[in-house]
Formats: sequence, C-alpha cells, structure tokens
Amino acid sequence: MNIIVCIKQVPDTTEIKIDPVKNTLIREGVPSIMNPDDKGGLELALQMKDKYGANVTVITMGPPQADLILREAFAMGVDRAILLSDRKFAGADTLATSYALAGAIKTLDYDLIIAGRQAIDGDTAQVGPEMAEHLGLPQVSYVIDAEREKNGNFIVKKENEDSVQTLEVEGKCVLTVLASAFEARYMTVAGIVDAYDKEVEVWGADKLDVDENKLGLKGSPTKVWQSFPKQLKAPGEVFEVSEEEAVEIIVKKLKEKHLI
Amino acid sequence: MDFSYSKTEELFLQMIRSFAENEVKPLAAEVDETERFPMETVKKMAKLGLMGIPVPRQYGGAGGSVQMYIMAVEELSRVCATTGVILSAHTSLCMAPILENGTEEQKMKYLPKLASGGWIGAFGLTEPNAGTDAAMQQTMAVDAGDKYILNGTKIFITNAAYADVFIVMAMTDKSKGTKGISAFIVEKGFKGFSIGKKELKMGIRGSATCELIFENCEVPKENLLGPLGKGFNIAMKTLDGGRIGIASQALGIAQGAMDETVKYTKERKQFGKAIAQFQNTQFQMADLKTKVEAARLLVRSAAWKKDKGLPYSADAAMAKLFAAETAMEVTTKAVQFHGGYGYTREYPVERMMRDAKITEIYEGTSEVQRMVIAGHLFK
Ligand SMILES: Cc1cc2nc3c(=O)[nH]c(=O)nc-3n(C[C@H](O)[C@H](O)[C@H](O)COP(=O)(O)OP(=O)(O)OC[C@H]3O[C@@H](n4cnc5c(N)ncnc54)[C@H](O)[C@@H]3O)c2cc1C
Ligand SMILES: Cc1cc2nc3c(=O)[nH]c(=O)nc-3n(C[C@H](O)[C@H](O)[C@H](O)COP(=O)(O)OP(=O)(O)OC[C@H]3O[C@@H](n4cnc5c(N)ncnc54)[C@H](O)[C@@H]3O)c2cc1C
Repeated sequence: MNIIVCIKQVPDTTEIKIDPVKNTLIREGVPSIMNPDDKGGLELALQMKDKYGANVTVITMGPPQADLILREAFAMGVDRAILLSDRKFAGADTLATSYALAGAIKTLDYDLIIAGRQAIDGDTAQVGPEMAEHLGLPQVSYVIDAEREKNGNFIVKKENEDSVQTLEVEGKCVLTVLASAFEARYMTVAGIVDAYDKEVEVWGADKLDVDENKLGLKGSPTKVWQSFPKQLKAPGEVFEVSEEEAVEIIVKKLKEKHLI
Repeated sequence: MDFSYSKTEELFLQMIRSFAENEVKPLAAEVDETERFPMETVKKMAKLGLMGIPVPRQYGGAGGSVQMYIMAVEELSRVCATTGVILSAHTSLCMAPILENGTEEQKMKYLPKLASGGWIGAFGLTEPNAGTDAAMQQTMAVDAGDKYILNGTKIFITNAAYADVFIVMAMTDKSKGTKGISAFIVEKGFKGFSIGKKELKMGIRGSATCELIFENCEVPKENLLGPLGKGFNIAMKTLDGGRIGIASQALGIAQGAMDETVKYTKERKQFGKAIAQFQNTQFQMADLKTKVEAARLLVRSAAWKKDKGLPYSADAAMAKLFAAETAMEVTTKAVQFHGGYGYTREYPVERMMRDAKITEIYEGTSEVQRMVIAGHLFK
C-alpha cells in the first residue's frame, strides 16, 4: 500500500502575530513545528505501515525551511519526502494550495491520502477537502480511526459533535485526521542520525500536473479583508477525580499561584 | 569547533526534550519519594534507541555521537537526575569499556543486548576499603583453568539491582599493585554472584545503588575484558569517559534548577512586585546563568574531543569539576530564591539540591578531578 501524508510547517504558538499592513502572519522569531493534526495523520499512516506494510510519502508545500519537518518525518519512519517549493506557489490561498498538492499527488502512485483536519495557523480546514475535490476522490474528515479491509476498502471512524460515525469507503480516498486521536510517536535515535543522509526531493511547479495559472497568488480568489488575533481563553485543565482529591488539587493550584 | 548544534543535534534535542518533558518529568517526584527504579522509562528509552546512542550500528546501537549521548543525559537530568545517571552508568561505564576493550566475540555477545536496552549495564570498582584509592582492590580473581574464581565485595554500584551485565575489577596478581588488577564481564546469573544491600540515599534515590557480592563466583575465561593486568587502566579510561556523562548530569540538574527559578521568581510577588524584579535576584541569576553556560561549553568541548578521538582526560575532569560545583551552587541558590516553598517537597528544587551533591562525589570526587587536572598541568 502507498500512503501519502500532507504535512504543513506552522509557527509553534497560539498567539499568532499579524502584520497590520499586509495582514499576513509574522513568522520571524517564532519556532516552527509540524502541524499537530498532520502529525496525528502521519502517526495513522505509520501505524498502518506497521500493521499492513506500506510505503509512506510525506509532501509539504512551503519555503526551503520546511525541510525541517520532512527530516522529522524521516526520523519518525517515513520512506519518502517531497518539498514543493517554487516562487510560483507564493501567496497561495487554500484553493491554490490544495490545487498544487493535488497536482503533485496526481504524479504519484497512491492508495490513501491523509491530511490533518486543520492547520493551527491558517485554521480553515479547507485544504484536505479541496484536495479531494481536485482529485475527484471521496473524503472523510475528522477521522479518529481507520482500518484497511482485505478488498482495499477502508473502515473509517469519524468524530461528530456528539457522536462517532463509522463509514466504509470504497478504495482510494482522502482522510483528514484529528491530532487528539493519534498520539504521535517520537523520532528514534537511529532515525535522527540518518535523517539528514536521506534525500528530500524538491519539486518546482514544472514537476506537477497543473495549469500554472491556477498556482500561487494568481490562482487565489481569496483576498484577506482583515486579520486579527482571536482573544484566547486559558484552555483549562480537566481532572476526573473524587471530591476530596478535587479539593486538594484546587488548594494546591491556589497555593501555586500564591492566592492563598 | 562549531559552537552551534548541528542539524542532527537540533532534531535530537527536539525529540529528547519532549521525551523528558512528557515521559520523565511527570514521574520525577514520585521516583524520588518512593526510591523506585523507573523501569517503565528505561523500557521507553530502549524502544527509541536511547539506551545505545553512541554504539555503532553493527553492534545494535543507534550509531550516534558522544555529543548526542551527553545531550540526552543533560536533558533527562534537567527533569530527573535519577534517569540521567541510569543512562550514564549504562552507556559510559558498561557499554563503553566493552566497545573500547572487548574482543569481537564479546562485543557481539553483549553490545546488541545492552544497546537495545534489553539488558542494563553497571560498573563495579569501588569497595569498602577502595574508594578514592581505587588501587587498593581486595576483590580477588584466581585462575582456575577454564575460569576465574572471584571473591570479594563491591559497594555503591549504580543500577546494580536491575543490571544484567557488570564490568568488575579484581586483583589477579596482588604482588603487581595496579598492574595486578584485571577487568571482567560478569553476568547477573553467574554462579556465586549476588546483589547485596541497597543504600538509602540523599539524592538520585530512584537509581538502585547496591553491593555486589562475589562468593566463589565463576567467571568464564573468555569474559576477561582486555589484557590480564590492564584492569586498572581500563577502569581509569572508563571513568574519563564517564565523567563527561556525570558532567552533563550536573549540567542538566543546574539547568533544571535555573528553569524552575526563572519561572518561580517571575510569579512570586513580595513588596508589591515579582521577586525577579529585585536586583539581587537579577545579578545572582546572571552569574549563575553565566556559570551554567560555561559548564555547557566545557562539557561539549570534552565530548567533542572524545568524538574526534583526541585526548580528553583533563577536559573531562575540568568539565565534571566545574559542572558539579555549578550544579551545587545553582541548586542551593534556587532553594534560597524559592524561600520556604523551596524547602518543601511541593517544589522540585529541594530534590535538585539533594541530587546535585552526588555529582561532586561519584566517578571521582571533586578532589580527584583536581588531582587529574593538576597531574596533566604539572606532568
Ligand atoms: C484568506 C487566506 C489568504 C492567505 N494568504 C496567504 C499569503 O498571502 N501568503 C501565504 O504564505 N499564505 C497565505 N495563506 C495561508 C495559506 O492559504 C495556507 O498555508 C494554506 O492554504 C493552508 O491553509 P490552512 O492553513 O487553513 O490549512 P488547513 O486547510 O487548515 O489544513 C488542512 C490540512 O491540509 C494540509 N495542508 C495545508 N497546507 C499544506 C501545505 N502547505 N503543505 C502540505 N499540506 C498542507 C495539512 O495536512 C493540513 O492539516 C492564506 C490563507 C488564507 C485563508
Ligand atoms: C550514589 C553513588 C553511586 C555510585 N556508583 C558507583 C558505581 O556505579 N561504580 C563504582 O565503582 N563506584 C560507585 N560509587 C562510588 C564512588 O565513586 C565513591 O564513593 C567515590 O569514588 C569516593 O570514594 P569513597 O566513598 O570511598 O570516599 P573516600 O575515598 O573515603 O573519600 C572521602 C573524602 O576524602 C577525600 N580524599 C580521599 N583521598 C584524598 C586525597 N588523596 N587527597 C584529598 N582528598 C582525598 C575525598 O575526596 C572525599 O572527600 C558510587 C557512590 C555513590 C554514593
């Protein structure tokens, strides 16, 4: 089985700063990480590799620095890594991004495509579903479990607000995955030692099966009207404990903050 | 020398930091409190290849560098010094002497099991009457044809209760002094070998420190490590390497105490402001930060020399001496900055202070490091 996982490099912060003039993200000085949902998707792919045997390819579209998350993916156990990097991709909105990714995927052999549900910076959750449309494939979003049947179909569990749906998908499809459902493995030491000896394939627009007019800024109908940081509430911690323990925890927390 | 981390090291740091934070830190207080060997952590480390970082692939290791290994000891010790020394003793004191002195058969027999973490390693040099004066070995090894018969007792042996393989020094010829000491590879199940009492300790309380008891213990001839009579040299060279590991353990403890103190002094308010805003706090912390960075450079430079195959004995001694004394100073002051809270077990700094002390004692006390450094200086 060949699995393709789309991964994106994102700034490691919930407090995203926005350039007030250009209305774009300010990325300088913020450490970059593999988008959490994508890491969950990668974990699903690697679990399938462990279970059924598979070749796992990761693809990212991004600047040359995105190489880092591809090395991380190598160290976690993927077989092949492709970086889509070209000035022609610049300024892409979700439509142009998904179009470029689909254009790359069309040139590859695959049985399953996995993406994250949502990127923590752009936050639209559009790229996975749009990619499925470009490729003419069925899609399941909010995936929390997936298994492959002998006949090549997939049994997929999908999380809804108040329920879980189990679906059977015939053959090739796109899944968008929730990080919370897949605790991603650590890189191994040997994987890290080898990560920079492996080849990351860098593809320009000419390698893709695309109409170049639909790439990048030219292919992006979305115009940003206004960007602003969302006021975040502290996420809060949930403890499922007895009443007595709860009291202890609350007292401890208050003491930690020197409120009592 | 390049002072920055290589790309591979950066990737490794990312992994080991999140491993330490998510898997090791949550257990640290409990491991200390209950004096429990964190076996589940060792198993997790084994799965990721952390138990064999600098061991070549052909012997089942990860094929990494000494530098990566000492970064692992630092990052683990930053949150739990017990976990740091388990890895350090296993890697520096057991696998390294086999790798550096073993025959091909010995390496093939022991390293794959040790490097995969299926087996844990330990090192037995210290005896009740042979501490700093390690040459005063009283454990005897008598040639009995196809085997050696060992008699004697070792004390204070790290990992002992959970170890499967021990590097043990014993006298094969008393008349020759240090040239009469030989090194042996002893397995847990060998006839006549048992583990004695476990020490109750001030710090690194989860690392099982025990006696080794040899009562007519039978060690096959092929388990002599290195040439007959070279055991003392092997032990001293092994400790040179081990000191880089302990130096990074000390560095990790110091860094952990810095982290806690920066966080705490920014939160804690007295006289209407955070205690981090008092100049006393700032100046003292600036000095401590400078020492921690200096220690890190010494540690990295010693590891760099070992990776390059350059002599590093004095470098390792300087790194350990300075890092250990820095750890003691930083942790003591960390408790002071935490005030009464720091003296309680609600906060990790009191544990860090207890843990730091051992780094001035084992693998050669600070006095011994000064002897080694002076020895190189005045030779
Ligand atoms: C209105 C708008 C304007 C934008 N303008 C610009 C701009 O001018 N310049 C600019 O640099 N960016 C711009 N972006 C960001 C750009 O659109 C996103 O990088 C990209 O479309 C992904 O969208 P998202 O972050 O919402 O991902 P989502 O749709 O939330 O991501 C879902 C999943 O798709 C996959 N995926 C998403 N992006 C990638 C990728 N690049 N490579 C591989 N897999 C991926 C991942 O698996 C991810 O989990 C803009 C975004 C929006 C919404
Ligand atoms: C927790 C723990 C773990 C250990 N793990 C191991 C292990 O895995 N394997 C192992 O073999 N050993 C181990 N040791 C032993 C450790 O290396 C010794 O304790 C250490 O070398 C000191 O020896 P000693 O305790 O006999 O002290 P002593 O040698 O009695 O020293 C007492 C004091 O005298 C000073 N001193 C001694 N001689 C001189 C001198 N000539 N000049 C100046 N000062 C001097 C010392 O510096 C020290 O301050 C461990 C010890 C502990 C506590």
